[in-house]
Amino acid sequence: MSNPKNLLYTETHEWVKQDGNVAYVGITDYAQDSLGDVVFVELPEKGADIEAGDTLGSIESVKAVSDIYSPVSGTVVEINAELEEAPELLNAAPWDTWIFAVEISNTDELAELLNASEYKAFCEDGEE
Amino acid sequence: MLNEIGVSSAEELFDVIPRELQLGRPLNLPQALSEQELLTHMNALAEKNKRPLSFLGAGAYEHHIPSVVNHILMRSEFYTSYTPYQAEISQGMLQCIFEYQTMIAQITGMDVSNASLYDGATATSEAAFMAVNVTRRNKVLVPWNVHPQTRQVLRTYCNAAGITLIELENQDGLSLQEIIEQSLDHDTAGVILQNPDFFGCIEDLQGIADIVHNNKSLLIASVEPISLALLKPPGQSGVDIAVGDGQSLGNPLSFGGPSLGFMAVKENLLRRMPGRIVGQTKDQDGRRGFVLTLQAREQHIRRQKAMSNICSNQALNALAATVYLATLGKEGFVELATLCMNKAHYAKDLICAIPGFELAFDSPFFCEFAIKCPGNAENIAQQVLQDAQILPGYYLGQEYPELSNGLLIAVTETKTRQDIELLADALAKAAVTGGDLA
Repeated sequence: MSNPKNLLYTETHEWVKQDGNVAYVGITDYAQDSLGDVVFVELPEKGADIEAGDTLGSIESVKAVSDIYSPVSGTVVEINAELEEAPELLNAAPWDTWIFAVEISNTDELAELLNASEYKAFCEDGEE
Repeated sequence: MLNEIGVSSAEELFDVIPRELQLGRPLNLPQALSEQELLTHMNALAEKNKRPLSFLGAGAYEHHIPSVVNHILMRSEFYTSYTPYQAEISQGMLQCIFEYQTMIAQITGMDVSNASLYDGATATSEAAFMAVNVTRRNKVLVPWNVHPQTRQVLRTYCNAAGITLIELENQDGLSLQEIIEQSLDHDTAGVILQNPDFFGCIEDLQGIADIVHNNKSLLIASVEPISLALLKPPGQSGVDIAVGDGQSLGNPLSFGGPSLGFMAVKENLLRRMPGRIVGQTKDQDGRRGFVLTLQAREQHIRRQKAMSNICSNQALNALAATVYLATLGKEGFVELATLCMNKAHYAKDLICAIPGFELAFDSPFFCEFAIKCPGNAENIAQQVLQDAQILPGYYLGQEYPELSNGLLIAVTETKTRQDIELLADALAKAAVTGGDLA
């Protein structure tokens, strides 16, 4: 799967979809493939005030537990409760499965994120 | 061997160490003994041991261990096996640990147990860490009536981890619940209780559980496993993490160890538990099998973000606990606990009938109780040991200065009626001759 062009990306393999002043965050296909079968997702608290780079939760697969970082600062306004019963959605549909949504406090931070081709280059660099 | 590797003497092997740093003389050790000489020597040492009739408790309890426990433990498959990381060749050990976990969960009334920890004190400390991790707060409260050695280990753990440990002092006229209530605040991650407490007193945990939960903190209870046969299990009293020392389950006193710590939680805390967990699963042919599970949380994978640095368990001691409980069975377990409780209450009645002796605390107890002696308890205990070869109990003044006349007495099923009567007689005599307050 190639990285959708309408999304922004982080070096920690999260994708960001901007919807007005809310950022929906998920993990990329590269991330879910590296993790393996996801068995559990630890979600952040709704209403939490966060800074870009904060650890908001974790994704547990059969072989590892990986932290999820927030790409932007703001307040957590929604969490995807579906992941409590069906964590495997992150493997099956990584681009369609958001994990949490943040009300953005500083839209300038979005400019620091990577676009699809920059993210692709970043992943390829890492593989050398 | 030296010839084979081309060296003329054992000393030559140390040539890499600079001459000026070498000792330069043989170690000051006696000459090696023959096997016969060694056995004679060790027997002579062993004969110096006295085996007084003991009523010592204070965290380690004498119980009869059925012979079958040792028979199973001494099977080399258990005795010599290492960690069951490779499930294919460790089904026996994994099944035993799974059964251990099941029994611990059952007696504590919780959803799940881990595969054991080192001992009760470290298990309590791990629980404190859990509370801090789960609540993201940094303070833990522990009252004066939790075992002094547990508190000492807690201090070590919390100090190293930068967690604030608040030790609550007893206050006349206030109940434990009231004292806790006045100390709870928005930074309290958890409250640690012991039930029965160090003095043997039984506490009703539900009231404390409610105020702790209202504060969004966790309640940790260190419990005595045999007492769980009769007392309301922590899982039914609002306890979030149940811990304790498993020594009294099929493990001998062994001069203080080795032992095992147990930890059991409700399902919502399952992923926050440190240590190993064995799970039940199916192989590709649909047959039941056992594996180590949830390993992704452990130190060897999660590193500095792991729940804890522990990545071991006390397999052989836990196996002893499992065989012990299986041998007793549900009915035997209750019968055993009842025997201990009845004998302890008989002892209390006899002792408190002696002029000058009285119960130290007005509280129900299981098989251990504290009494006030008519004089310094350490001196009285010494006298009893000298005159009657009985260890009457733990001298409380060594940890609680205000209880210099206090003695903590434990009575288990190993004590007969005659033993108890001998104790009472000896205490009565010692009170007359040896009890001057120091």
